[in-house]
Amino acid sequence: MATLNINGADVELEFDPDTPLLWVLREQAGLTGTKFGCGIAQCGACTVHVDGQPVRSCVYPAVAVQPTQKITTIEGLSADGDHPVQQAWAELDVPQCGYCQAGMIMAASALLQNKPDPTDQDIDLHMTNICRCGTLQRVRAGIHRAAAIGAAQAAVDDPATGDQLALADSLATEVTL
Amino acid sequence: MSEAIQANQQANRKKGVEFSRRRFMIGAAGAGLAVGVLPLGTRQAAALATPDEVNAWVVIAPDDTVTIRIARSEMGQGTLTGLAQLVAEELECDWERVTTEYPTPRENLVRDRVWKNYATGGSRGIRESHQYVREGGAAARLMLVEAAAARWGVSPGDCSVTKGVISNKKNAKRLSYGAVAADAAKLAPPLEVTLKDPSEWTIAGQPKKRLDTLDKLTGKQIYGADVQLPGMLNAAITACPVMGGTVKSFDAKEAEKAKGVKKVLQVGNNAVAVVADTWWRAQKALKTVKIEWDKGEGAGLDSAEIDRRLTEGLTAQTDLIGNQSGDAQGAIESADRVVEAVYSYPYLNHATMEPQNATARWTEEFCEVWCPTQNGEAAHAAAAAASGLPLEQCDVHKLHLGGGFGRRGAPDYVTQVVLIAKEFPGTPVKLLWSREEDMLQGFYHPVTKARVVAGLDKKGKLKGLHLRISGQSIIAGLMPNRLQNGMDPVTFQALAPQGDHKISYTIPDLLVDHAMRNTHIRPGFWRGVNVNPNAIYMECFMDELAHAAGKDPLKFRLALMEDNPNGRAVLQAVADKSDWKRRKRNKKHLGLSVCYAFGSYVAACAEVSTDADGKVKLERIVAATDPGYAVNPQQAQAQVEGSFVYGLSALLGGACTVKDGAIEQNNFHTYPSMKMAQMPKVETLIMPSGGFWGGVGEPTIAVAAPAVLNAIFAATGKRIREVPISKSDITIA
Repeated sequence: MATLNINGADVELEFDPDTPLLWVLREQAGLTGTKFGCGIAQCGACTVHVDGQPVRSCVYPAVAVQPTQKITTIEGLSADGDHPVQQAWAELDVPQCGYCQAGMIMAASALLQNKPDPTDQDIDLHMTNICRCGTLQRVRAGIHRAAAIGAAQAAVDDPATGDQLALADSLATEVTL
Repeated sequence: MSEAIQANQQANRKKGVEFSRRRFMIGAAGAGLAVGVLPLGTRQAAALATPDEVNAWVVIAPDDTVTIRIARSEMGQGTLTGLAQLVAEELECDWERVTTEYPTPRENLVRDRVWKNYATGGSRGIRESHQYVREGGAAARLMLVEAAAARWGVSPGDCSVTKGVISNKKNAKRLSYGAVAADAAKLAPPLEVTLKDPSEWTIAGQPKKRLDTLDKLTGKQIYGADVQLPGMLNAAITACPVMGGTVKSFDAKEAEKAKGVKKVLQVGNNAVAVVADTWWRAQKALKTVKIEWDKGEGAGLDSAEIDRRLTEGLTAQTDLIGNQSGDAQGAIESADRVVEAVYSYPYLNHATMEPQNATARWTEEFCEVWCPTQNGEAAHAAAAAASGLPLEQCDVHKLHLGGGFGRRGAPDYVTQVVLIAKEFPGTPVKLLWSREEDMLQGFYHPVTKARVVAGLDKKGKLKGLHLRISGQSIIAGLMPNRLQNGMDPVTFQALAPQGDHKISYTIPDLLVDHAMRNTHIRPGFWRGVNVNPNAIYMECFMDELAHAAGKDPLKFRLALMEDNPNGRAVLQAVADKSDWKRRKRNKKHLGLSVCYAFGSYVAACAEVSTDADGKVKLERIVAATDPGYAVNPQQAQAQVEGSFVYGLSALLGGACTVKDGAIEQNNFHTYPSMKMAQMPKVETLIMPSGGFWGGVGEPTIAVAAPAVLNAIFAATGKRIREVPISKSDITIA
């Protein structure tokens, strides 16, 4: 029995010590939004956050996660599916089959957490997930759009820096598909 | 355990239950059935229409929610939304109230195949069902209007419809579809319907958002791999790595003792499975099973030997002629100049992101399967055959696919899961393949080579062309009864004399033939199928010919396309958009390609650059598609962008090779897929010219690779004739 903090709640789970975090999430915690793609950290479909950093959970031993560390899965990224990345993805109709998208969204949201306005080079460097449907172009556009949505939200949340013109500017950012 | 997680677990379990129940409810008249095997009588009743079913395609609830039934499978290609748009267009309902569901294959069987073909491949989803789904929508509209008119005591001609609300022109009264759906359901369907001209479309033809996006953003979408049923067991499997091989014996002593393991069993004649409480435990235990294989006839074969056999076929005698006019040999012999090139295209695995999987529950009375499939009816047939039950006592619940690309037309994994579930009567079992299993047990893009020879006259005009394909036949491998006089017509895609894969050029002296060289490696339909190699063979060679003739590759092609105005239009469009004319002045390295495939006209112009180290970067591809009608232009665009990632992954390095009879690449580290950093900017021109219905999911994939290869030649002067590029001395940045 171990305690894991998943999506803001401490949970007691029983699992074999060699079980990767992915399978604890899927089979013990019942959170199937995080996907199995390759099992060797190549495709990124299993990406979740541990203390805000992206990890490929298919090779990350669940026992390595400390009870104080916070695990976030796609189910816990936002309360209402309205994280800027999710909003941007909906706006641009990013997913096709969608199987890789939980991992894409978790990787993208971690990137934006670290770099709120990433360049194309940042995206090239940090977005190494595989998508066989080939949504890469819209993923890139989606990240730029999410950055704009995030900036606008930050401006609203922080009136001290909330330059209304900047807000209008960032909301007006047109991302062409 | 936290409440949040418990709630989630419950929600997931409930989804499994509800999914099952909803499917029963389609026809079970709301019998309030819990998950579990229904008595047979109830299941037969499930075939009958629900009260709010206006017709097979349209169900309207009293709250005006419109459920549109979709027979084809959604695997990312957008067919679900496109077909719903076509039905909704004729139904004239409120698009904002539209939802969809899959009728099961058994329901189709019992209702005399009212939803027709479930097979989803060959870019057929829309182009082969547009007529009857639109008629379904139109018929439902007429019945709803008739029901409203009857209630008002007026003639249907006195009524009009806007967004699912029927108005009485005489007295301004209104009724919503939901209010009259039950009445409409009792009416006889109209004998005749008139469909709208596409110029009148307001829902179809529009860049509507997909209907299946939101659940894919939050983890709520349940794929086959995510199915959870009460008491469910999990299975992991490994089949003989050499196709055609069998299990000789296995030692499962260690696995049987492992925690959570319920059973280790042979599945069919070629596989061993471990069934456990969790998949992780099953897969871990499977690795400890010592299996002795009889590798069969394929053992020992490797890629070098396959290449030798194909090379022999390049010049061997053959009577498999796919396209012939005039006297190609004579024209080439009498030409002033002969140009020749040999090209190769490798085996490819589909590598769907979601590995193959299926869940089954078997009893002596009924066998039920939940799975991702491109062909619900084939999955149904496979379930029946493996279960030992008649089709009427089996059913398949389709889930959205985590990728298909042709792989999931085959129901091999359904057969396996049913054989396993038979060992656990009444208990659901989910079978999930590891990525390694998925990579080794594919239906591979067939391996081919081509030798293309052509003659040019003194002025550089094409005199005759012979294109010999040597290699594997998909039809011979999968459905030999469909060979035509020993010939596989699919081999000649995009090179055929007529049909929806007609050759793009008029070449008076032409010969396209095939030396069939099959191996034990199982071939399959891989997105784009044989258009992928054939477009490279023809379009790279056209570029070679143009250069040999000292002509502009654009003009050289256009001169051979006088009988192909739609092909000319897409080719000219990509050239114009890429500023082809000024490419030299602008120092741009461009490459062209044009093709007609799956009934659509497509062309691409690729741009590459080179850096100081000579590395090549894919900068941009302009692509044009004329599918006749574009039911959802932004989704057509998504298909073009996506198909390029799939096609270019194969071009850059994702090839499968054979060693000791088995596929060597067993995961994404050796079978790479294109990454963000390699992705060129794709600009898509959707140019629907009307009058025909072409496919969208596959046609454009084929023009990306030759356009890029021709651009690489423009940049480096090097011809790459063997795919993938990673085998050449060109490095892609």
